[in-house]
Amino acid sequence: MRQEIQFKLNGEAIALEVNPNEVLLEVLRDRLGVKSPKCGCDKGDCGTCTVMINGKTIRSCLVLAIEVDGQEVVTLEGLMDSGLTPLQKSFIEHNSFQCGFCAPGMILSATELLAKNHKPNKHEIQEALSGNLCRCTGYSPIINAITDLTTKKK
Amino acid sequence: MQETENKMKDQKYIGKSAVRIDGKVKVSGAAEFIDDLDFGPDLLYAAIVESKFAHAVINKIDTSDAEKIPGVVKIVTGKDFPFRFGLYMHDRFIFAQDRVRFVGEQIGAVIARDAATALKAAKLVKVDYTELPAILNVEQSLTKDAFLIHPELRYYKHVPWFFPKGETNIAHLRKVRKGDVQKGFKEADFIFEDTYTVPRYAHCAIEVHGAVGLYDNSDRLTVWTASQSPYTQRNLFAEALAPLGLSHKDIRVVTPFIGGGFGGKAGVSMEILGAALAIAMKGRPVKVLWSRAQEFYNTYQRQGLTARIKVGLKKDGTIIAMDNILNWDAGAYVEYGANVVNAAGLSASGPYNIPNVSIDSVCIYTNLPPGGPYRGFGYSEFLFGLESHLNEIAKKMKIDPIQLRRKNAIREGDILNYGGKMNANGLIEAIDKVEKEIEWNKKETSSDPNKAIGKGIALFWKAPAMPPNASSSAFLKFNEDGSINILISGMEIGQGLLTVMAQIAAEVLTVPPEKIRVETPDTDRNPYEWQTVGSHVTWGCGRAVESAAIDAREQIFDIVERALGKDRKSLYLDDECVKSKTDTNFSLSLRDFIIAGIQKPDGSYRGGPILGRGMFMPEFTSALSDPETSQGGHPNVHYTVGASAVKIEVDRQTGKVKIPKVVLAVDVGKALNPDLINGQITGGLLQGIATVLYEDMRFNEKGKLINANFTDYKIPTSMEIPDEIVPIIIEVPQPDGPSGARGVGEHTMIPCAPMIANAVEDALGIRIKSMPITAEKIAMNLKHSL
Ligand code: FES
Ligand code: FES
Repeated sequence: MRQEIQFKLNGEAIALEVNPNEVLLEVLRDRLGVKSPKCGCDKGDCGTCTVMINGKTIRSCLVLAIEVDGQEVVTLEGLMDSGLTPLQKSFIEHNSFQCGFCAPGMILSATELLAKNHKPNKHEIQEALSGNLCRCTGYSPIINAITDLTTKKK
Repeated sequence: MQETENKMKDQKYIGKSAVRIDGKVKVSGAAEFIDDLDFGPDLLYAAIVESKFAHAVINKIDTSDAEKIPGVVKIVTGKDFPFRFGLYMHDRFIFAQDRVRFVGEQIGAVIARDAATALKAAKLVKVDYTELPAILNVEQSLTKDAFLIHPELRYYKHVPWFFPKGETNIAHLRKVRKGDVQKGFKEADFIFEDTYTVPRYAHCAIEVHGAVGLYDNSDRLTVWTASQSPYTQRNLFAEALAPLGLSHKDIRVVTPFIGGGFGGKAGVSMEILGAALAIAMKGRPVKVLWSRAQEFYNTYQRQGLTARIKVGLKKDGTIIAMDNILNWDAGAYVEYGANVVNAAGLSASGPYNIPNVSIDSVCIYTNLPPGGPYRGFGYSEFLFGLESHLNEIAKKMKIDPIQLRRKNAIREGDILNYGGKMNANGLIEAIDKVEKEIEWNKKETSSDPNKAIGKGIALFWKAPAMPPNASSSAFLKFNEDGSINILISGMEIGQGLLTVMAQIAAEVLTVPPEKIRVETPDTDRNPYEWQTVGSHVTWGCGRAVESAAIDAREQIFDIVERALGKDRKSLYLDDECVKSKTDTNFSLSLRDFIIAGIQKPDGSYRGGPILGRGMFMPEFTSALSDPETSQGGHPNVHYTVGASAVKIEVDRQTGKVKIPKVVLAVDVGKALNPDLINGQITGGLLQGIATVLYEDMRFNEKGKLINANFTDYKIPTSMEIPDEIVPIIIEVPQPDGPSGARGVGEHTMIPCAPMIANAVEDALGIRIKSMPITAEKIAMNLKHSL
């Protein structure tokens, strides 16, 4: 039985018919063409599918599309209304990413952290990113970019 | 040696930590990976019918139930593609023929309208098997009456530097004999022998493998793949599908960004399915995307190793003889993995000057998934044993382990195992620097009686393993506004190749890297590159780009000379302009003429679009040598060397290891972009540390991988990083490298396992000779040693 859901995606109102077993990640990627959330494991282990629901990061491979009915979904695409965010710029300056596959999820997790905590210490950053696997960087260049941004004088 | 032109003068772009030219595309989410490409509503999906057994004969395949599922378009099996293929040895089929050789091997594929239907139908394909004895370890495989995994081995086509032993399970034996090892051991005052084992490992790139193929109605085959090797793939597709009449010119391989490779996306593994299924479904694109589980059990795995190491020394610590037997668990197919065995065999004495060496590196078939390239290409594996063993020797001989290494470290001009000479290198400098940085002579104890502190060191070396004629090429095109597009087929796999190639061209042409675009390959558009493996593209592809830039520069001077009558010898480039040493007022901006040409007084023009072309092949290498000794050839272009040291803190109860500090010094020849090298060091160290502290592939008694997911095969998260990482860059130039550079990508992972093992020994007095060295294993060993 298909079911209509309505939700906000990066500020845009979406109305869509979905099957009750359709996963949010698939709906975003395959039906709505939003490709920044990636599928690295399909099991909740890697964090590449991270998106925000009402400002909180979740793994979209574990969420059914019907669950976002009436909610607000933000993906990496939705952060850039006025260009790259200071966080993204800091990641560029620090050469934080290598292959970049983990970047969308990682950036959303870091964005969520900074929204709650303007001056996270190293351990808090590590914890905030611990659900996003990265095989290339050893994490330090990502952590350093966040630390530098939050300790820089405005 | 072919020397590079552009070096050591004042450099503006080379040697600078430029930001990545692909930084923005990656942090903005604009970077497209294979699964992000759109192929329209016509796209079909394939799911694989997989072997349930490690070793079995296929009697019958019944597809009738699967065919009945609505949405199923076609089912393909081995009989549709009875062609052998492989990179260095043709021992594989696209789909299993009469036999399966590992759990998960592809037997057939169901092509359907959507992925879920394909998967459902694939489960309904019934395969009737007769089980054969499954050989799950090298000991079993080497027994005299072992069941033959490849009875036709003796007929397989392979490269001339492989030596398969027909009627056995030995696919290749690399023998190295240098000096007189018997005599060496006779003259030795001490002989130490031991055995070390390394299990299999998975690359765990966060992006899985995938391929999409389209064989259109004009007989053109395009395959989009997540790959490090577009040209090698095109060549292998053409070879494997040659019976169908495909020519290289009609095959196109496109490789968008890949989400990590680490060797796992080199050569051809599952991508052959993309090509074959496209052929089977002419006119429609077909996609095959691995699941995370398939990523674990049906791509290349790092091979397992049992290494027996025997070392003879004089009283003063001089190593005079070494005899190593390396038995590699190479898996069901070794078309790529046999070259890992080969390369490791040539270098398994480590970065030491040893007059008498005997090495047998044995590539052994087993009924486990195919082994293949993984960052380090065999060197991580043998160095675990060798560098652990040297510490044991130092302990028994009461010599400082660093002293022992310094005394025997290989130096420029020393004779390598195959008779060639060692290149210029900064190994001693690396040893000195890590010794100082880790405060080797300062004994440290923890204030917590439950914790023990230990320090460990390991040296490393590695040469690119490549065929002697592996080559790179580049095109460089100027645009109207003076910006540049560079076309190469070296692959951006995260290492920063695009950026470094832009820096190399920038230096020659004085155009800043921000004005240079370099993109991932498309074999229709970008010129040849062998593959992006072996830490060789900065060096090889870098030389090609450098020569393309020089070629463009010479054309520029040509035009200025012809159009304006300037003395060519006086011309030089500066700040995106042509200037003259003799006429200091002369300055002509590149953008004014690199497409449009230069106008003469009569209104006509001279010049035209500037197109640089460059190529590089290391013409001094050769794989021809005596099969009994490996003497005579020149298989390796150069070695990159270095040293690494670590300080650990171990919990005496739980065995848990924390890493307060790790140092790695590597001689990169010339750091073209120091920040990107630091990135290789930070990333490589954690990947290496993970192999020793956390990761381990586990197979059950039937040969099935039982931890094919990230819950059970744990790779490190941001919580598991060392507290402090100190990268040290050493620059002893490589005469034939671009600006003196040599490769560094793999090397940063190689020393990790033995260095941690040595630190554990230093902290607790226990020597663990089998990887991984997990907390549980340390805790168990501690209990037993009480
Ligand atoms: S794809 Fe969702 S956590 Fe890995
Ligand atoms: S940059 Fe490659 S996975 Fe993070």
